Amino acid sequence: MRMKRLQILMTLTVALLLAAGAYFVPAAPAATMGPVTDPVGVVKVNKGQPVTIAYWLVVAGPDASLGVDSRRGIEIAVDDKKTVLGFPIKLIGEDSGCNAEGGVTAATKLASNQDIVAAIGSSCSSEAVPGAPILWKAGIVTVSPSNTAPKLTAADRGLDFDGYLRTAHNDLVQGRVAAEFARKSLKVGKAATIHDGSPYAEGLANAFADNFKKLGGTITSQEAISPTDTDMRPVLTKIAAGKPDLVYYPIFIAAGGFVTRQAKEVAGLQNVKLMSADGTFSPDFYKAGGDAVVGMYHTSPDLTEGALGTRYTAFLAKHKKKYGENVLSAFHAHAYDAAMIIFSAIEKVGKKDAAGNLYIGRKALRDALFATKGFRGVTGTITCNKFGDCADPKIAVYISNSSDPAKWNPGEEPKKIYP
Amino acid sequence: MAATLVAARIQRNWLQRLSVIDIFLWAFRVAVLAAVVVGTFRTLYSGRYAGEVWIDFVVFGVSQGSVYALIALGYTMVYGILRMINFAHGDIFMCGAYTAYYAASALYRAGVFNRQPLLSLAIILAVAITASTSVALLVERVAYRPLRRAPRLVPLISAIGASFFIEYAVRGLYGSGFQAYPEFEVFKGKWNFFGIGILRTQAVVIAATVILMGLLYLFVMRTKTGTAMRAVSEDREVAALMGINVDRVIVITFAVGAAAAGAAGVLYALVFKQVHFFMGFYPGIKAFTAAVLGGIGNIPGAMLGGLFLGLFESVGPILVLDGLGIVAPYQLKDVIAFTMLVMVLIFRPSGILGERLAGKKA
Repeated sequence: MRMKRLQILMTLTVALLLAAGAYFVPAAPAATMGPVTDPVGVVKVNKGQPVTIAYWLVVAGPDASLGVDSRRGIEIAVDDKKTVLGFPIKLIGEDSGCNAEGGVTAATKLASNQDIVAAIGSSCSSEAVPGAPILWKAGIVTVSPSNTAPKLTAADRGLDFDGYLRTAHNDLVQGRVAAEFARKSLKVGKAATIHDGSPYAEGLANAFADNFKKLGGTITSQEAISPTDTDMRPVLTKIAAGKPDLVYYPIFIAAGGFVTRQAKEVAGLQNVKLMSADGTFSPDFYKAGGDAVVGMYHTSPDLTEGALGTRYTAFLAKHKKKYGENVLSAFHAHAYDAAMIIFSAIEKVGKKDAAGNLYIGRKALRDALFATKGFRGVTGTITCNKFGDCADPKIAVYISNSSDPAKWNPGEEPKKIYP
Repeated sequence: MAATLVAARIQRNWLQRLSVIDIFLWAFRVAVLAAVVVGTFRTLYSGRYAGEVWIDFVVFGVSQGSVYALIALGYTMVYGILRMINFAHGDIFMCGAYTAYYAASALYRAGVFNRQPLLSLAIILAVAITASTSVALLVERVAYRPLRRAPRLVPLISAIGASFFIEYAVRGLYGSGFQAYPEFEVFKGKWNFFGIGILRTQAVVIAATVILMGLLYLFVMRTKTGTAMRAVSEDREVAALMGINVDRVIVITFAVGAAAAGAAGVLYALVFKQVHFFMGFYPGIKAFTAAVLGGIGNIPGAMLGGLFLGLFESVGPILVLDGLGIVAPYQLKDVIAFTMLVMVLIFRPSGILGERLAGKKA
């Protein structure tokens, strides 16, 4: 009996130590290095060495198009910038899987590398919720190109998120535009929503529902699925019982494809209008949804020259030249801007010593990023507020007229119809 | 007087035997049953869903359950003979579906797909069955046979390793994205049976499952090889003494189970039209659940377990949870499925049809 108790005690101690270790090890202490003193820590880049920037994006698996698209935006930014304060730029990265577990793994791995000056990511809001605090504990500030969940930059987000900013829009904006389009342009009175339990989908579905109700519409039901579900017919049949005119399902590609294909097969939903959001705004979604995507609507960042100007056209030309294909998703320009505001902040706070080594204070870098004001990016004029929202949000609604992934060219196919 | 004494003793015995766990189990049973009854009553009383809707739910459940049942056969047959859970079985299912995708898209590009739908379906099925059978035999030869005399846990771990190996080998070969199956024009839309509209793909899935299961049942019950399989399952040593080549029977068991999984893969792709390297994981877990639900080691049990599980998942959330006022009940459909599993195991620890097994082999 005594032995057993001792064993339990030891197991508990070991577990506690492990947990505490994982919690404290990456924390960067206040430090003075060369000419810089910083309460969070200082990164030293020796002369001739590169400045390391890391991405944590979903670059593998069914949602890879989202992360690869952002990574290409960063790579083009690195090509354009070439050097920062005379130092070359090195880009490293981790796959973050578009789920909480992947976010933790990627963030923990990056947090253990003290050469990293700043990070760009994550792709999905579900990764940022546990991942961003891990990075900030290690003193690494991160700018997300595609997280849109409202709670990440809400006033009550907590100190853990002090090192988190985003160049993507806040879904409070996207939900409002989607609801306005549904009520004013499509003139639908009843709508239903589906989310998959992720912070992104739930936040956006709720933002849409709130605005839709404010504009005088009725929400017939707000359903949820899990991202690994394949048979959506039961949940769609339940939705059909409320007789909605429109179903808004801001989820991801695999599950979104199942909903799109199966909706038309469910009695009562043959004529319902389908609308999805930026999480499925990719040619891969045409593969997943097949012919059923024709005639459906998408809300997503406005990627037309009319909205973004000629700088975006120039960006697209570079993209086509470098990768030989059209853009894969909606957040490449946001990723480009995220990289650019980081470079600009490094230029503001980086200091060199007599030997030509570069020192960057982590807290100073974070403060410089939050102080970004009136920065001219590809996605518009970028100004960060104190909760890390930096975007100049421009949301458009598109309609699909084809289901051929090869024809994907946002603005033309799917065609922009609003505003 | 004597009667009262006996009654008192029985009562005392009963009280003495009552442990905390028993009380907890009974409370759990009562709570779940109460939730089910109240939820069902309130959903039906609210009258929100018309009769046709319920028929739709049942059809969806049966078609999903058919796929589970076909996969569950492989789990249950291997368990019946080797007392081992073949955790790589879900991935063998995936291999069949994924390889058949290449056959399907080649046929589609050649234009044969919609001109000769039945021929194409036969070719796709053949490719899927060949692929999953070869993978299963390879896994059996490499990962299980050398461990035949090892303790029971060892092949289990080996099975999990094989599962990961297959998943990531396929990811390496075919990429990590997903592929979209072409659609059969003939299977679009609905057929009417006695006034009930059933999606054609689902009708095909249900019909194909019934035929395959019938064939399998005949094979096991009526052929010489099937008899040998049952003999090995009863007692391996005695079967060997009777002149049965045990290794050969085990190989045949794996092959038959994998063939059913390959066919299930094609049926799954007919309904869901997407394949992905990780697609075998969840159906595999669900089919394993179905096999346990029906009574593992028992072939009709696997069929029944699959159908039950499909029905629970499809009808359960709306019938029970909706009435209890839970919003977005379909997020919780796995909870329903696994609660039902726990309930069945509490009431009938050996599964729905598992009695024979419990007596002789457990």
